[in-house]
Amino acid sequence: MADVIDVEGLIKRFGAVTALDGLDLRVPVGEVHGFLGPNGAGKTTTIRVLLGLMRADGGTARLLGGDPWAEATALHRRLAYVPGDVTLWPTLTGGEVIDLLGRLRGGLDRGRRDELIERFELDPRKKSRAYSKGNRQKVALVAALASDVELLILDEPTSGLDPLMEEVFREVILQEKRRGDRTVLLSSHILAEVEALCDRLTIIRAGRAVETGTLAGLRHLTRTSIRAELAGPVHGLAAIPGVHGLTTEDGRVAFDVEADALEPALRSLVAAGVRSLVSQPPSLEEIFLRHYTQDGAGARDEAGARDEAGAR
Amino acid sequence: MTGTGKLLRLILRRDRFVLPAWVLGLGLLPYIYVTGFDTLFSTDQERIGYAHISAANTGFVALYGPLHGDSVGELVVWRGGFLPVMVGLAALLTVIRHTRADEEAGRTELLGATVVGRFAPLAAALTATMAAGLAMGAVVAATLIGHGLPAAGSVALGTVFAVTAGFFAGVGAVAAQISGGARGARTIAVLVLGVSYVLRMAGDVSALGDGTLGWLAWLSPLGWGHRIFPFGTDDWGPAALAVLCTILTVAGAGYLLTRRDLGGGLVAGRLGPATAAASLRSPVALAWRLHRGLLIGWTAGFAALGLIFGAVASSVVALAEDSAGVGDVFARIGGTDTVLDGYFATVAPICGVIAACYAVQAALRLRDEEQSGHAEAILSTDVSRFAWAGSHLIFALIGPAAALLAEGLMAGLLHGDVALLVNAAVVQIPAVWVLAGLAMLLIGVLPRLASLAWAAIAGCLALMMAGPLLELDQLVLDVSPFTHVPRVPAVAFTGVPLLVLTLIAAALGGAGLIALRRRDIG
Repeated sequence: MADVIDVEGLIKRFGAVTALDGLDLRVPVGEVHGFLGPNGAGKTTTIRVLLGLMRADGGTARLLGGDPWAEATALHRRLAYVPGDVTLWPTLTGGEVIDLLGRLRGGLDRGRRDELIERFELDPRKKSRAYSKGNRQKVALVAALASDVELLILDEPTSGLDPLMEEVFREVILQEKRRGDRTVLLSSHILAEVEALCDRLTIIRAGRAVETGTLAGLRHLTRTSIRAELAGPVHGLAAIPGVHGLTTEDGRVAFDVEADALEPALRSLVAAGVRSLVSQPPSLEEIFLRHYTQDGAGARDEAGARDEAGAR
Repeated sequence: MTGTGKLLRLILRRDRFVLPAWVLGLGLLPYIYVTGFDTLFSTDQERIGYAHISAANTGFVALYGPLHGDSVGELVVWRGGFLPVMVGLAALLTVIRHTRADEEAGRTELLGATVVGRFAPLAAALTATMAAGLAMGAVVAATLIGHGLPAAGSVALGTVFAVTAGFFAGVGAVAAQISGGARGARTIAVLVLGVSYVLRMAGDVSALGDGTLGWLAWLSPLGWGHRIFPFGTDDWGPAALAVLCTILTVAGAGYLLTRRDLGGGLVAGRLGPATAAASLRSPVALAWRLHRGLLIGWTAGFAALGLIFGAVASSVVALAEDSAGVGDVFARIGGTDTVLDGYFATVAPICGVIAACYAVQAALRLRDEEQSGHAEAILSTDVSRFAWAGSHLIFALIGPAAALLAEGLMAGLLHGDVALLVNAAVVQIPAVWVLAGLAMLLIGVLPRLASLAWAAIAGCLALMMAGPLLELDQLVLDVSPFTHVPRVPAVAFTGVPLLVLTLIAAALGGAGLIALRRRDIG
């Protein structure tokens, strides 16, 4: 079956600024796909192109097998969208907005709507004017999740929710995932959320996809951090290619190691005699931070990358 | 009040084009009227005859206010009698833009968390607006004195402008505290302005007759301005009254500000239905929800306007056709030679321009919806751009038509000739549609400059008010669609110009829709 989202070499310029610079994004059916990137990386622009609100300057974009610009309305019947910055008509109540958006998408599941309103603890009788950012987001989420659609496009859907509601959101998305036929594109920069929900993810930077794959696959590309207490001095560790940031102090060593160098590094630790060992897989945060730097050389050295990101 | 100075600079920076535009645009108009009168009258005799006829003409008095003398200065004050309405409008919109609208957009919150006092945003907005009002008054006085008019009268007319700006800045400030949003605040403040105008009009027209309702004009802040009588008695009492009332409104706004929360209004929000009515299922149904208040308000306002115009018409004294010279002047001002027809021929296109304001306001709602992100929510559903744009555009077309119809109907019912006055009103509709079409074109092609549609209306109004007086070239006058509308009570109805105007409106609107479909949203 064809991919739900299939974007290749997408280019979008705003005057002199290039917002999307050859972006690739592929999301197969039934997948929850994390779409990560720092502010201004082009996440929302990509989504707007996918929704046919903006026209790409180059590359191809296919959505649910159709052309998102030419067939916008026909495709919109099959998807629901939650914008990153939800604004609602101030004089309509939350309940009215949910019903209206649902009907404009071609109908919504009444029972599911009421269930979601209850789970998100939303008062649907309030005028939208009176809602906080989080509550406006809940309105858009309920309207989207209660619609019977194939694709959910969620642009930073939890940025205004409190931790309790974030948890509810995760439960609901996991429930959707178990259905198996719903595809979710989840733009976010809350990494824990992406780690908890997503099958695969794409990291974009400056309008390009810099990393894509499963979380496990991405971890493989990056370094594990190791701390060990040793019985004797260790030899040759620093000479192994792929070992970084080695510090030695009173028989304790700490270093980061690339996946390929893991085995020789452990071998030399064992040779020295291991008293205790802590190994941490790279967090998504580290994968993400590696791509914050603009130049590839900086990305080689993680500490350097962090400093640069901090300085910016 | 801490930080007022800094906020003031911010306002001046943000309004560096808008503020000078209205200060100069309105401030220079009296001077332009003077030069117009200079070329219009070759002899004092002509001017005096014109003044005497105009002073007794109910239509003109209703529109512009009373005329109490026959000097050039007094004629300018009278002919520019509509200008204070525009001054008041500019003032109240400026204050609301820098108070409630900022608060709604969250900018006040951002600033309020810095070292800025609670009253600072309001104080800065009022200071900027009142300073602009004073500058405008100075422009009026300086240009007229420079032209050789009496200094006291020139300063008095400048004062009319300045105190009107000040008072309606205060009204804007109070409205900004009462309402829960910028749109509501504008509605309240514009309503006060409209009621002021109608009270002044009713009082002044009554004063022409038996004068039993003449006191109504004293209830109107716009009436006070006329009672300063620049170039006549130069009476400063009403100016002092206006300043006193301005101080009261400003103090009132300050008090109300302490009684409410940031973002809140005095009118508390109520709970609404938890589910949508079964009918709320299409873009048009949503547009109806968003436009119905506007439609009802404008239609009721136009009906009231029609009642006043009709009532005034019944009391118009049919003046004898006077000397040839005076008749000639009337022909240039009203384009006709009978006083009653001239009255209707003056009133109908003004209703048309006001209806065009409604048309542009309704059409620009489309741009508001886009900018506020609402369009994104609608267009990501099974709704095409045509359907979305059309749902708003239909109210920009039907709304003003309904309002004009209501005006004609009410005027006709009171005056006695429904067919004639409905006809006079509805012939304006195609010209109004041209401006709605222009707004749509701007939204499609130059979305960032869509509010230029307002400038187009201001241009039409300026051409209508000052064009014939200045004897501008016909090519210039022809730019305004209202120039092409048959002046129905005075001239026989002709369909061709209306058909052409309708086609132009359709072409502009259609081009705008196509452009909208091809451009990026948001």
